[in-house]
Amino acid sequence: MTGPTTVDGVPLDATPRPGQCLRTWLREHGHHAVKRGCDAGDCGACTVLVDGAAVHSCLYPAVRAAGAAVTTAAGLPEGPDDPRPRFAAAAGFQCGFCTAGMVTTAAAAPGPPSDPTARGRALQGNLCRCTGYRSIADALDGRATVDAGPAGAVGDSVPAPAAERIVRGAEPYTFDGEAPPGLAHLVVVRSPHAHARITRIDTRAAVALPGVLAVLTHENTPSVLFSTARHESRLDDPDDTRVLDDVVRFHGQKVAAVVGTDLAAAEAGARAVVVDYEPLPAVLDAETARAAPPIHDGKTASRIADPARNVVAALHEGVGSIDAGVAEARAAGGAVVTGTWRTGRVSPASLETHGSRAWLDDDGRLVVRSSTQVPFLVRDELARVLGRPPESVRVLTARVGGGFGSKQEMLTEDLTALATLVTGRPVQWELTRTESLTATPTRHPMRVAVTVAARPDGTLTALAIDVLSDAGAYGNHSPGVMFHGCHESMALYRCANKRVDAEAVYTTTPPSGAFRGYGLGQVQFGIESALDDLARELGLDPFELRRRAVVRPGDPFVASADPADHPDDLAFGSYGLPECLDLAQAALARDGDPAPTGPTWRVGEGMASTMIATIPPRGHRAQAVVALDAGRYRVRVGTAEFGNGTATVHTQIAASALGARPDQVELHGGDTDAVDVDTGAFGSTGTVVAGTAVARAAEALAGELRDKAAARLGVAPADCTLGPDGVTAADGRRVDLADLSGARGEGAHGGSPRSVAFNVHAVRVAVDTATGEVRILRSVHAADAGVVINPQQCRGQVEGGVAQGIGTALYEEIRLDDAGRVTTRVLRDYHLPQFADVPRTEVLFADTVDALGPFGAKSMSESPYNPVAPAIANAIRDAAGVRPRRLPMTRDRVWELCREADLPE
Amino acid sequence: MDLLTVETFARPTDDDALRALQPTLGADRTLLGGGTWLFSVPQPHLAGVVDLAGLGWEPLVAAGDGLTVAATTTLAALGDVDPSSYPAWPAVASFRGCAEALVGSRKVRQVATVGGNVCLALPAAPMITLAAVLDATATIWLPDGRSRTAPVVDLVAGPQRNALAPGEVLRSLHLPAVALRARTALRKASLSPLGRSAALLAGRRGEDGFVLAVTASLPRPAVLRYDDVPTAGALAADVAAAGETVGGGWYDDPHGSPAWRRAMSLLFAEEIRRELGGTG
Repeated sequence: MTGPTTVDGVPLDATPRPGQCLRTWLREHGHHAVKRGCDAGDCGACTVLVDGAAVHSCLYPAVRAAGAAVTTAAGLPEGPDDPRPRFAAAAGFQCGFCTAGMVTTAAAAPGPPSDPTARGRALQGNLCRCTGYRSIADALDGRATVDAGPAGAVGDSVPAPAAERIVRGAEPYTFDGEAPPGLAHLVVVRSPHAHARITRIDTRAAVALPGVLAVLTHENTPSVLFSTARHESRLDDPDDTRVLDDVVRFHGQKVAAVVGTDLAAAEAGARAVVVDYEPLPAVLDAETARAAPPIHDGKTASRIADPARNVVAALHEGVGSIDAGVAEARAAGGAVVTGTWRTGRVSPASLETHGSRAWLDDDGRLVVRSSTQVPFLVRDELARVLGRPPESVRVLTARVGGGFGSKQEMLTEDLTALATLVTGRPVQWELTRTESLTATPTRHPMRVAVTVAARPDGTLTALAIDVLSDAGAYGNHSPGVMFHGCHESMALYRCANKRVDAEAVYTTTPPSGAFRGYGLGQVQFGIESALDDLARELGLDPFELRRRAVVRPGDPFVASADPADHPDDLAFGSYGLPECLDLAQAALARDGDPAPTGPTWRVGEGMASTMIATIPPRGHRAQAVVALDAGRYRVRVGTAEFGNGTATVHTQIAASALGARPDQVELHGGDTDAVDVDTGAFGSTGTVVAGTAVARAAEALAGELRDKAAARLGVAPADCTLGPDGVTAADGRRVDLADLSGARGEGAHGGSPRSVAFNVHAVRVAVDTATGEVRILRSVHAADAGVVINPQQCRGQVEGGVAQGIGTALYEEIRLDDAGRVTTRVLRDYHLPQFADVPRTEVLFADTVDALGPFGAKSMSESPYNPVAPAIANAIRDAAGVRPRRLPMTRDRVWELCREADLPE
Repeated sequence: MDLLTVETFARPTDDDALRALQPTLGADRTLLGGGTWLFSVPQPHLAGVVDLAGLGWEPLVAAGDGLTVAATTTLAALGDVDPSSYPAWPAVASFRGCAEALVGSRKVRQVATVGGNVCLALPAAPMITLAAVLDATATIWLPDGRSRTAPVVDLVAGPQRNALAPGEVLRSLHLPAVALRARTALRKASLSPLGRSAALLAGRRGEDGFVLAVTASLPRPAVLRYDDVPTAGALAADVAAAGETVGGGWYDDPHGSPAWRRAMSLLFAEEIRRELGGTG
């Protein structure tokens, strides 16, 4: 030992445990700028400098840091080489969970921007799931993209309120901040079978171990059936799940939960639990599931479409006649295309895994701090499962480290709450990355068969899909995902004859759930690929086919049912689709990387267009209260911030409505104590629903402030102007804000009526027919987001969606072996796009104003994901003449297609 | 991640202390090289570790007969060796490519050790590739105080299985001068630009002939040797045959299908053959 160990310049005199890594040692002593994304050296969120060298602190034995100078994001030296101000100025983050590791990595290799290859190498060990890396590249280059000027109104690129804290690792996430005294830890025993009945659980040895506080099993936890999926109406999702069940239906399902005084005790306890299983037939293939033994037999009151056939949800309906439409196309000399496409099991993989911490407050109320997108819905269902009144439960969030839909579920709160109630102690459960990859919901894998027919001019005469969706072991979001996936994908196109045959089926595989796009991406992969083939057969440009075939204002939205039979609240609040097609087509024709040379490289272009409703159907509620207090506006709204950027947008909306500066606005969200109701941030509703509620509350308050001031000044309210300092009359007299304290406004939104948003993605790719490598030479994305409230942030949402689309298209797949066990258990084996994998995408916005959204805005979080995979598939088809039919289009699969086509090796 | 069952962390600071600890190594007590793999997955069977980082072994020792690389040399240190420092040894130029073939970042390579990478015995372990193409010999310390040597490729028994006996310590790798005087070529296939190797082939051509190491696409390395550069047909036939026999066939894991790995191995074998002067 050469001297005292220092952390950010301050000596830390504490002895680590023998097997402890530097990450937990630092966090244990309050250094929470060190995040845990994978705990396995893959993601880089825990990067620190040890004597100036960047290391993954999760892999670094803490004992080895003795005498070293350790530097976290909180303690980087300020000055010209400090990357933190550059990350703030470039908005180089969304959820921000990866940022502390990004800045420490950048600090270890300062210097001028290097070439993209070197930069890809430099960031090889740092994953960002949100941004798509463009803003991170801007940060490294020192390009500022936010506008911190005073205006801060709608239309400005206002920085995120938390930006300065995030780049220093100072913004607290779910498990940051001081741990409550006596905090216990929970570890779960998981099933080694894909399907089995538990015949015996012996917990005696576990309970006898030192430090083990409790063991929860199906024998001592509520047997009430519920769904982990959460919606405004709890009846949307099937009640087929128990906290802990006596039947396990996938490899990795929770069997028991051991609570220990520390993680080591809890893990030791988990190893000591003895479980006997009686194996049941595994059902691993969705294709055969409907003929397999029932997986949820007898759950007749669970809202399962057909438990005996393992069908969770089904939709069989149409308008017109597909046969007639096909015949019409043939008779007219048009074309008919049929084909089947398959999508992969993809993990949302937010960098902060699921987890929660529960405790009892001084009044005995149960409090759960959770990494969730839906605190209010979790509160309600948790109360139901526990048999407690909702007001005896409070659920809140810190900043959430990414969600993408996966946190529209109650996956951990039931167990931490029960553990707290049993032990009386605060209990936390932070899922490991392997638990996240093997046992939390993925995107639904789907098989999509498409029939599409058209007259020679591109007029569609038949559009039919047959969809099989793999729900996995539990139904959770399966009905919603299936209905949504089959709706806007079909309704986008004008066609007199349409049909949807769709079923979501149980299998004994890890459950599928909500993930950005909510089913549309899978179905649109099939439909947009089929339309590409159709355009080819008709000799039409694919952009031109879309122009001719898409719906336009005045048309009804028909997916598979006559709107007369199914009245809808969907409307064209605006229509930027033709402009998106034009923008994308023009942008694709210019710029881009040069094509690689060589006899085996082929170049091609592809595109896809998509539509999405701006709000989920069946109700979505938000409420906001804005109060003036000592010259500052305090906004209470239920929405959690998880990288969706709503904290910024809500601040901007309130500031705009109140004529205030953004720094006068303080948000309090993500807490069931903040307001009465909030459905949550999913379905891209943070701006259009909660934002509308904030706008209404702020406008109400602005009106009240003008009224009050007008009365005092003896003038008409219409003659008064509300500004940052107060209300000013036409004659220049002013009432200061400080004199108006106590005024408040309320606003709400019920999620209806709903508008539609559009996205068009286009790419040029090069395909190496010898290796299967696909290189994206040019990537453009046109979005119709209505009025863009924060251009930098909205662009970031698009880029992030595109990057996830590229992951789905080319890299990502959760794989199972023949026994149903996930084989992609760490991020080295489940490839999230890294810096080197993601090209720059040019983002273009249509110039529209929505009649329904706040300030003319529309949603833009989920939808950019949807057209990416089919656009890339269509470009591969154009380049190599082979039609990809399965995602991801990995190099080995593209190579195989090239072999089948006998292309040059 | 924390290794929650580990109760002892021994950190010998000289060779005698390590020698004394060797007999205590076993199923529940293991050597700690860099720790970049050991700390990346749960190790509930472990009660103790013996850290090699305090021994101060000289990373690289050059002599007339070749280069000796201590097992504790980091991948970054090896990859950063400047080839111009060893003008007589062109093969040094392959160090960097092999080090960067690791799926881990530079932050991992700054900690991960050459010995650890070999002993982990993953098919994609690039230090095995380097050792295979350069005919590296391992020096192994036995628990009874003696030493033995063995070709490094013989230490690889299969995926994540090495051939070291309990208590044995891999001390160093010796790269013979005759191999270092050769020209080398390296090719990597992966499902992503910087991903884990699905096929990692290295070739060398020098005074003792032509050597091709086929790794990552097989459960353990295949080393093909020729007196001179073989014909395309002969090399392809031997690579294909190796895929049928070595370790049970083309490797299958989430990083690439066996058929693709076979094709990439054949493609790269030919590219390497041509790069090293093969014709016809």
